[in-house]
Amino acid sequence: MTDVNESGSPSPEKSPVGQRSGAEAVATVGEAERSAAGSASGPAESGGTPPGGPGAGLTDRDGGGQQLLRMFVQNLWSANTVTVTVLAIVLATLIGAVLIIVSDPDVLATWGYFTAQPSDALNASWAVVSEAYANLFKGAVVDPAAVQAWADGTGEWQPVFAPISETLTYTAPLVFTGLAVSLAFRGGLFNIGAQGQATIGVILAALAGFLLPLPPVVHLIVAVLAGALGGAIWGFVPGFLKARTGAHEVITTIMLNYVSFSFLAWIIVQNGVHEPGRPEAISRPVDGSAQLPQLLGSDLRLRVHLGIVLAVAATWAVHWLLNRSTFGFELRAVGANPDAARTAGISVGRTYVLVMVIAGALSGLGGANMVLGTTATALTPLVVAQIGFDGILVALLGRVKPWGVALAALLFGALQAGGNRMQSYASISLELVTVLQALIVIFIAAPALVKAIFGLRAARAARLSTSMAKGW
Amino acid sequence: MEPGEIHALLGENGAGKSTLMNVLYGLLQPDEGEVLVDGRPLKAKGPGDAIAAGIGMVHQHFMLVPVFTVAENVMLGAEQVRGGILGVLDRRRARRQVTEVSTRYNLRVDPDAVVEDLPVGVQQRVEILKALTRDVDLLILDEPTAVLTPQETEELLGIMGSLKESGKSIVFITHKLKEVKAIADRITVIRRGRTVGTASPSASEDELAALMVGRTVNLTVQKAAAAPGDPVLEVEGLVIDDERSVRAVDGVDLTVRAGEVLGIAGVQGNGQTELIEALMGLRPVLHGTVSLAGQRIDGWPTKRVLRAGVGYVPEDRSVDGLVKEFSVAENLVLDVYDRPPFGSGLVLRPDAISASARERIPEFDVRTPSAEAAVGTLSGGNQQKVIIAREMSRPLKLFVAAQPTRGVDVGSIEFIHRRIIHERDIGTAVLLVSSELDEVIGLADRIAVMYRGRILGIVGPETPREEIGLLMAGITDATKTDGTQTGTAETGAAQAGTAETGAADGTAETGTAEGGAGSAATPDGPVTPAPDVAGSEETR
Amino acid sequence: MSTMTVEELAVTVRPGFWTRDRRVGAGAVLLGLVAAVLFGSLATGEDARFTLSEDAGGAALTIDGTVGAILFGMVAAAAGAALLAGLPKRWFVPLLGVAVVGVVLSFLCWQVSAAPTGQNFMPLVNIVRGTFILALPLIFGALAGVLCERSGVVNVAIEGQLLMGAFAGALVGTIAANVWVGLIAAALGGALISLLLAIFTIRYLVDQVVMGIVLNLFAVGLTGFLYERLMQPEAAKYNQPPRFEAWPIPVLSDIPVLGPALFRGNIFLYLALILVVVIHVALFRTRWGLRTRSVGEHPTAADTLGVKVLALRYRNVLLAGMVAGVGGASYTLALYTFSKNMIGGKGFIALAALIFGRWSPTGALLAALFFGFADQLGTYLGAIDSSIPSEFLAMLPYLATLLAVAGLVGKVRAPAADGKPYIKG
Repeated sequence: MTDVNESGSPSPEKSPVGQRSGAEAVATVGEAERSAAGSASGPAESGGTPPGGPGAGLTDRDGGGQQLLRMFVQNLWSANTVTVTVLAIVLATLIGAVLIIVSDPDVLATWGYFTAQPSDALNASWAVVSEAYANLFKGAVVDPAAVQAWADGTGEWQPVFAPISETLTYTAPLVFTGLAVSLAFRGGLFNIGAQGQATIGVILAALAGFLLPLPPVVHLIVAVLAGALGGAIWGFVPGFLKARTGAHEVITTIMLNYVSFSFLAWIIVQNGVHEPGRPEAISRPVDGSAQLPQLLGSDLRLRVHLGIVLAVAATWAVHWLLNRSTFGFELRAVGANPDAARTAGISVGRTYVLVMVIAGALSGLGGANMVLGTTATALTPLVVAQIGFDGILVALLGRVKPWGVALAALLFGALQAGGNRMQSYASISLELVTVLQALIVIFIAAPALVKAIFGLRAARAARLSTSMAKGW
Repeated sequence: MEPGEIHALLGENGAGKSTLMNVLYGLLQPDEGEVLVDGRPLKAKGPGDAIAAGIGMVHQHFMLVPVFTVAENVMLGAEQVRGGILGVLDRRRARRQVTEVSTRYNLRVDPDAVVEDLPVGVQQRVEILKALTRDVDLLILDEPTAVLTPQETEELLGIMGSLKESGKSIVFITHKLKEVKAIADRITVIRRGRTVGTASPSASEDELAALMVGRTVNLTVQKAAAAPGDPVLEVEGLVIDDERSVRAVDGVDLTVRAGEVLGIAGVQGNGQTELIEALMGLRPVLHGTVSLAGQRIDGWPTKRVLRAGVGYVPEDRSVDGLVKEFSVAENLVLDVYDRPPFGSGLVLRPDAISASARERIPEFDVRTPSAEAAVGTLSGGNQQKVIIAREMSRPLKLFVAAQPTRGVDVGSIEFIHRRIIHERDIGTAVLLVSSELDEVIGLADRIAVMYRGRILGIVGPETPREEIGLLMAGITDATKTDGTQTGTAETGAAQAGTAETGAADGTAETGTAEGGAGSAATPDGPVTPAPDVAGSEETR
Repeated sequence: MSTMTVEELAVTVRPGFWTRDRRVGAGAVLLGLVAAVLFGSLATGEDARFTLSEDAGGAALTIDGTVGAILFGMVAAAAGAALLAGLPKRWFVPLLGVAVVGVVLSFLCWQVSAAPTGQNFMPLVNIVRGTFILALPLIFGALAGVLCERSGVVNVAIEGQLLMGAFAGALVGTIAANVWVGLIAAALGGALISLLLAIFTIRYLVDQVVMGIVLNLFAVGLTGFLYERLMQPEAAKYNQPPRFEAWPIPVLSDIPVLGPALFRGNIFLYLALILVVVIHVALFRTRWGLRTRSVGEHPTAADTLGVKVLALRYRNVLLAGMVAGVGGASYTLALYTFSKNMIGGKGFIALAALIFGRWSPTGALLAALFFGFADQLGTYLGAIDSSIPSEFLAMLPYLATLLAVAGLVGKVRAPAADGKPYIKG
């Protein structure tokens, strides 16, 4: 976990002139520390444990003066990214607050006589906004009341950890889809198809989960692998089409998303899949033997399950694959400059196909998480939720780096968990979370704007994803 | 600048010529200083202002919309419209204007031809037409001859002459001394962004060259006589198509022996690129065979060709040679990353990669802040040295170098030339492709001249330049029997060819390809534009 | 750039005998024969009636189910055979059209004849009208795509623009109790998403696809949030949009089948058709169009000739947003009240229509109609208890687009600079 630095990765000094293709987006050295620090100071995230202190990754370096210089540049750089990330979150929450206020007719009414009695407007606004965000925090991190109750002996310990458990439950699938998008991104492909890959993954995982009569542990492994296989198949198609015909992966993956959605809707109502006796579209439930075990006992309030452990393992695996494997070298070379990669004897087409297969498998695992975990146990048309699309945002927020993605997924998982509480306790629609997520990523993507808003010196902007687009 | 003057701007690659002219044309904004037109300061915020001030520019990379017709390209930005605010295009008037201007200046083009189907020479004419229809007084030509055959160049110089007579001023940017001496009235030499001197056309080439590079250059390469051994590379009857399925290489036979440098001379776009790429397995071979040390290698994937002991310096280093975002160390193992000690199976060994980089960097004199610096931050010469270092760091049978010194500073050129000769002397067969005739003459032991997809002849380096130049223009001894007539016929034919291209456009793609194939070696070659696809940069 | 990596991989087989036309022809022959045999054997001897009205009554085109299925299958096969024989290029599109229509008709003969007794008819007026209604948002959306992408900005945010238009139309239309105000608000709503797209991609150089995706989510979240906060609790105040009534066009509306289907529509239908023509003409015959296309193909060239690249892109992207916004209003100001995520992926089908229609307004119209027809057919087949699952018909637009971009149905060529930010110098 500590070795999050990427000794083999490109230097931070990107020449803006040289942008040709994907890997410009590939930000740079020591990304994980930065994101770690960034999210740790974010409002909803103070519980997060950074995987390595700043500079931890430098220990394996050698070479005196150069190292100092590099460290300096790196820290400067990271400060830059941290600032932008924090400010983006601040801006998003501010805009969210404005939305909460303007969408509340009562509060809005107090603004009508603002000049006469400004305190009314301010108090009312503060009340509604603070209630919303306080519940967001209580639902995502910890509820002080529960801690108090536990300390007094009037409450149990479970409610104290329930918010974190919820957050981690929502985090796990997002890690997988975020990694799927990131990996493809590093290979020069924009995988918008994580949603579809997760959908096929969820279908195969569920089918394996209730159709195959297998003993406990084996059943779970088979079901999880079935999910990965489903995603891999759905990832293979755009990869293959890209390699053979040059069909643009953005278009093909979008199309495949919708195909998979229709397929899911169809398969749920087939004989043998559909739960007998239920009028609505729902499949049979997954056998207990194929379910991911809960980590903190079987208490229903603590839903966190093995999925989050798998997610961390997957993050490590993707990190290793990208930076410590020959395939990762090929992938990054193809992503940064397919022509040079090809000239150096790397098979670009083969790499595209493999990247998409692996990315698909990751998405499929995310899908498997949705039906084998505690979120759901049966297929419904909405069983995958938005994890594929959210995965795109997670990948962008995580700067398409594995550990960054994991932290971004944690933030999004927290928002989701907190949003649920916000909806039921403060009756603020959960959709606010979607708005916040989109806004954060919008601001992250345009650091120059964030800096302009806050009047910061226009330092070299840590431009996120620049020239992915190579035309259709 | 005087009216009716041809002013040459001479300087090495990267000396700042194009930048200066882009400022003049309003594409870039100057940091300080000003431009005076007719005594008034011109503040060109955009090309529109420059055009209004009577300045036109023909860019090094043509600024033509490939899918538009000639007329559409010419009128873009200064459209002939009717219908007032609706701005309906008046195509008929635009077409008439093109015909009118093109006959006035003898620049024949079919206004309805689609630009991407036209040969490069004709595309350039369209560029000039574009400027002329805007009534410019000052025309900037940025490296206009880089992609032209000697004959097309002759023709262009003629056009420039007649433009001058009609009172237009021309700024002619180039690094080719001969052309400057042939046409310029005044010469300004630029080096590293500064004017280092002005000269009259009567100055000798050596003087100009010295001004240009800043010190007296040793254009010749020190080398011993070659000691050729067994054939290493044997190419027979090679036929290759380009991206657009137009015949690019049409029956090439070549042999390169161990311990010799075979240079391929020729104007860019005569099939050299395709030939080399096919040898490397980067482009399918339609017919013919390629053998390396007696073993057939055509049809092999690139990786296998490289592994068989072929080193390759691609023509366009930033596109094909390097991954700019990667570190120097990573670029140094770009084609051996999966071989021990750098990697085995799925495992990559970053330590071994760094260690190797620390050895190579001093050995090949790569000036970089560190082995981990991104290659994109290095200068062109150092980038090229990274490629040379990578390719020469494994045992080679054959070394293929395409334009190894393009856009490289003089110091690096000397270094690269020395390494190439060194490689020859240790018994490697070297295949060198360069559009700089001087480089080919300096390095090669034998020179093959390529024209329209064929090798027109193989000569020794002692052959007079003029003779090689004639071959590059497609004039062989066999065709010389027509004597002096051929030269003029060429020019005429080239123009006739234009008209035909327009007519043939779109109706018979395959027809032209085959026609081109048949006629490449005959004097009427230029009539068929097929293999003349030097605009590869454009089509990409 | 991407096409280059392609060329290298798709090993250039010299076409020789098997040109694209012939391959497509062979496919059509095969498909036609399969249709004739399969649909023919599945069809019943019942008459398949295609009524020229909205119900079983009135005049009808009638054909025996089995005969029809076989006959139309053979027609498709014959068209394929003609392609296989190597007719000149200009015959390609018409023949391909005949083949497709043949297979579809063969399929319909089977389905209609196999429907439960008493339902062996297909009301053509309904089908045509339904096709146009379902195609409406697709047409507007695809036109928005044309405007954007022809000037070099990839528009993946069509979905968001449609949604925002629908929302703004419903909200403002309700508050103002005026359809026209609602329509203007809808245009502005779409333009808002466009404005964000333009600023972030043109000014801040954010990747266009990334921005489009994020904006879609933003629009879903924003409209969903405001819907749940405002419209749901107080529907009467915020979500009772007024509606445009149908405007029958005199004379034209009396034409059989087409009249009732096409010329008794509302303003959106007419607007869509007018916009297709206007944008087509403008794109290919005016100064604006020439400049727009040049900016989408080779912005540097356009810039050297004094065309203001960025300004033109801004303007076109905004225009596109307005068009899409109006498309969104075709839901809320004519058919339904606003509901959460009501566009439901239509924006992406519009994107598919844009690509399938090869970035041309008329092509986009045809593609949108084709997709609308597939949609309408799904509804119809569901009503007659067809054995074909509607889910598979729903996949049709996406699969068709997949085949199109894979080059199986012909080469699709996007504007060369589509998706590339323009940076001066």
